[in-house]
Amino acid sequence: MAQQRAGEPAHDPLSTPLLRNTRRAVLVAALILAILFPFLFPNPAITSVAMFTLLFVGASSAWNMFSGFTGYMALGNAIFYGSGAYFFANLTAHLNLKGSIGLFALVPLAGVFAGFVALPVGWLALRTRRHTFVVITIAIFFIFQLLAYNLRSLTNGSSGMQLPIPPWNAQTYNDYFYTASLVVALIAIGLAWSVRRSNFGLELLAVRDDEDRARGLGVHTTRVKLATFALTGFVTGMCGAIYAYYLGSLYPPFAFEAIFDVTIALMAFLGGLGSVSGPVIGALIVEPLQQYLTLKFTGGGLSLIMFGVLFLVVIRFLPEGIVPSLGAQLRKRMRQKAEVSPSPPPVKFKEAVSPRAREVNGGVSR
Amino acid sequence: MGTQIAKAVVDGVLTGGVYALMAAGLTLIFGVMQIINIAQGIFVVLAAYLSYVLQVHLHIDPFIGLIVTMPLMFVVGVVIEWGFIRRLKAQNRSALSILVTFAVAIVIEGILTQFFSADLKTLNAWYVEKSLHVFGFYLPYIYLLGFVLAVVLLAALFVFLYRTRAGQSIRASVQNRTGAELIGININRVSAITFGVGAAVTAAGGMVFGATNSFNPNSGYDLISRLLVIIVLGGLGSIGGALIASIVALVIEDVTAVVWSPIWASTMFFAVLVVVLLVRPNGLFGRQEARAQ
Repeated sequence: MAQQRAGEPAHDPLSTPLLRNTRRAVLVAALILAILFPFLFPNPAITSVAMFTLLFVGASSAWNMFSGFTGYMALGNAIFYGSGAYFFANLTAHLNLKGSIGLFALVPLAGVFAGFVALPVGWLALRTRRHTFVVITIAIFFIFQLLAYNLRSLTNGSSGMQLPIPPWNAQTYNDYFYTASLVVALIAIGLAWSVRRSNFGLELLAVRDDEDRARGLGVHTTRVKLATFALTGFVTGMCGAIYAYYLGSLYPPFAFEAIFDVTIALMAFLGGLGSVSGPVIGALIVEPLQQYLTLKFTGGGLSLIMFGVLFLVVIRFLPEGIVPSLGAQLRKRMRQKAEVSPSPPPVKFKEAVSPRAREVNGGVSR
Repeated sequence: MGTQIAKAVVDGVLTGGVYALMAAGLTLIFGVMQIINIAQGIFVVLAAYLSYVLQVHLHIDPFIGLIVTMPLMFVVGVVIEWGFIRRLKAQNRSALSILVTFAVAIVIEGILTQFFSADLKTLNAWYVEKSLHVFGFYLPYIYLLGFVLAVVLLAALFVFLYRTRAGQSIRASVQNRTGAELIGININRVSAITFGVGAAVTAAGGMVFGATNSFNPNSGYDLISRLLVIIVLGGLGSIGGALIASIVALVIEDVTAVVWSPIWASTMFFAVLVVVLLVRPNGLFGRQEARAQ
């Protein structure tokens, strides 16, 4: 797996000044494109897809921040999505708020709420590891979905909740939601990036590589796992709140959706598990494609078949995801070039990493 | 109230047997290959549709139809193992297997939707409508027949695992995959057979499921989540554990519906797992899970 870790060895053929500057330029261009997108494509049908894509960028990055970095496959993140959505709906209903741009200020509150939900859920689920953890997150997810049906005083059950409708005209209606989603997506990416660059992120990677050894070396494994789980909940909850506000009505199967759990994982895998850009690229590919397929082949099973086959093909040929696979290919090519030119011999990766980092990562250089 | 609770317990035990049949394949596959087969839920639904086709178009009784559907599902299982699971690289195998089997499930769901639409179907036979009158409550014959079928097939599975050469290889692979490989067991063949047997046993469970519930291509998701809860509750890889766990979970669900309220029944089903894992992190009969990596 190709990863840029903190204290990245200088010999990495992909970190030449030229490439680093190119990468920076591409990022800036992408950001400008993302900001200008509603002006370039003002068609509401397109901005709606773009908005959902950004929500998934946020949710998938958040998923990756926990599951990609620690190796714990959580398949219940819809818990936070739904919690954020219902918290937002309840807040607007109880405070009798009218739809306006100011309501977006409540979105972070919904995120904080979902972050707090993540604490007991994580405390429960993180007592187990590996497969048991996967299953218990699924089980807790279903408990939440059933609670959404049954706690009628909080959710109004299957009759659903209505949210305030903002008085914006149809042409620009999506733009507000698009902007909010973009902000949340950027927060998610920024969080994932800074976690990845920090010592905290290194501790998470150590947990992934060998949890017992990491604990032996003084990593407070439970504390770092739980903290990241809460961060994931915070971001996912904000996505859920925007989603609820956009839909205008909230029903248990849409707020707590099993497919959501797997979709965000698929996106991260497709792009590249454990890398910051992986889930972003995965979401940018999967969500528009999925929307297109359902639009093109409505009703029948054809869209499902194509979607499934596509994933089987991707997993078969790019098992490590797009970003790491391409990165590995590029590196190989650069190395070959370097070997031809009479430059000083490249430092071996293992030697460049400090002994402690090597120890923490189980002596495996990737 | 007393009779109602008694009936709930009986119902729970009888349906528990059928769930054990569906979960046995899942836990067996996990035991041998250390992967979670998300497609197991759609296997159940696929088997129900196969029985449905045989019944509607060829007028074959679902129980007799098992002679056709079980070998057919065996082949489906072997093909999926050979086509997708075997090709996964060792690194990240367990996580990727979840995605692969999920993708397989989506494809099967799509095919079923294409052929049968999303309309709810159910299997019909005299024993589905008629009930046995005992101790003041009515028991549909299908529950009894399904339970008997489950007992017979699980017994057959045990005989297969403990009395045949192939079964011995499977058990050896469960205990120690590398060790089994070292003493000359063909792990690929064992994995294929396990997947096939897991799917074939599920075929029988799917038939009974189709006769006791209405189903559509979407039913697989609810099923897989329940089956996963059962096999974790019973301890991953333990067939006996899966049997007891499914009976315990379904009795609790059915009794909750009577003494509390039907709307909380499903919640209790999942809550049982959470509570048990608080006390026993490896499930009721699980072995200590190996150190991560």
